[in-house]
Amino acid sequence: MTTPRRKTHTREGLDGRAVHDVGGLDFGPIDRDEHDLAQWEKRVDAMMILLYAKKGVFKVDGMRRVIEDYGQQAYDSTTYYEKWVRALRNLMVEQDVLSAAEIEAKVAVVTAAFQTEGRDVAAGAIDWDSGLGKKGGRP
Amino acid sequence: MTTAATSTPPRFAVGDAVKIDAKSAIGHCRTPWYVRGKSGVVVEIHGSFRDPVRLAYHRPGLPAQVLYKIRMRQTDLWSNYKGQAADHLDVDIYEPWLTPVRSAKRSAKTRVAAVAGVV
Repeated sequence: MTTPRRKTHTREGLDGRAVHDVGGLDFGPIDRDEHDLAQWEKRVDAMMILLYAKKGVFKVDGMRRVIEDYGQQAYDSTTYYEKWVRALRNLMVEQDVLSAAEIEAKVAVVTAAFQTEGRDVAAGAIDWDSGLGKKGGRP
Repeated sequence: MTTAATSTPPRFAVGDAVKIDAKSAIGHCRTPWYVRGKSGVVVEIHGSFRDPVRLAYHRPGLPAQVLYKIRMRQTDLWSNYKGQAADHLDVDIYEPWLTPVRSAKRSAKTRVAAVAGVV
């Protein structure tokens, strides 16, 4: 098991407020329109329920902590389920369910298949958090 | 969330005036930034729960912590609040973040108690 380190990324210019702790800040109007979920978002939701509620791999507090540990750039530029899927990835490695190397290998296979089909692939996805990648042999 | 046994009884009772500590924390923390340093009154004791600060790091979450519902005036939270003066916000806060508002600050206690409708 990887013992996660306590850390707090603070929001720029706000006197120590953590990146995720945005209550009361002005982010403009809230989009209240209903929207359909993409298939991948539903899959992420299913994986989260399976691993947290059914398998007990982590607690909801752990999931929140991983998301809170994103830097401001990553936190502000990712959507709800993008945050979830990255949290799942990090928690799987922390809890030794998968190694970072196994995840990277699968991502490479999927990326290659998508490129063969001429589909768009997000460049670089999101970097590993410091400390996690090393465990699976990634630099 | 499930309740968990605690070895210590709640430090505060319904009606007590409290101040939420204006401290910072490293790592997972359930106390919103915007309520820190502000005062309110206990309106409910939810019970004892495994400590999320420890659960977040794959620990058992013990000792359990008492969780309170704290009622705060919106006008105390937001300097530019334009709603009714009696508007309030209820927020769940764990005991380690609460400090009693003592008799030396009687006026503050009376004020927040009045907000909660408990006196």
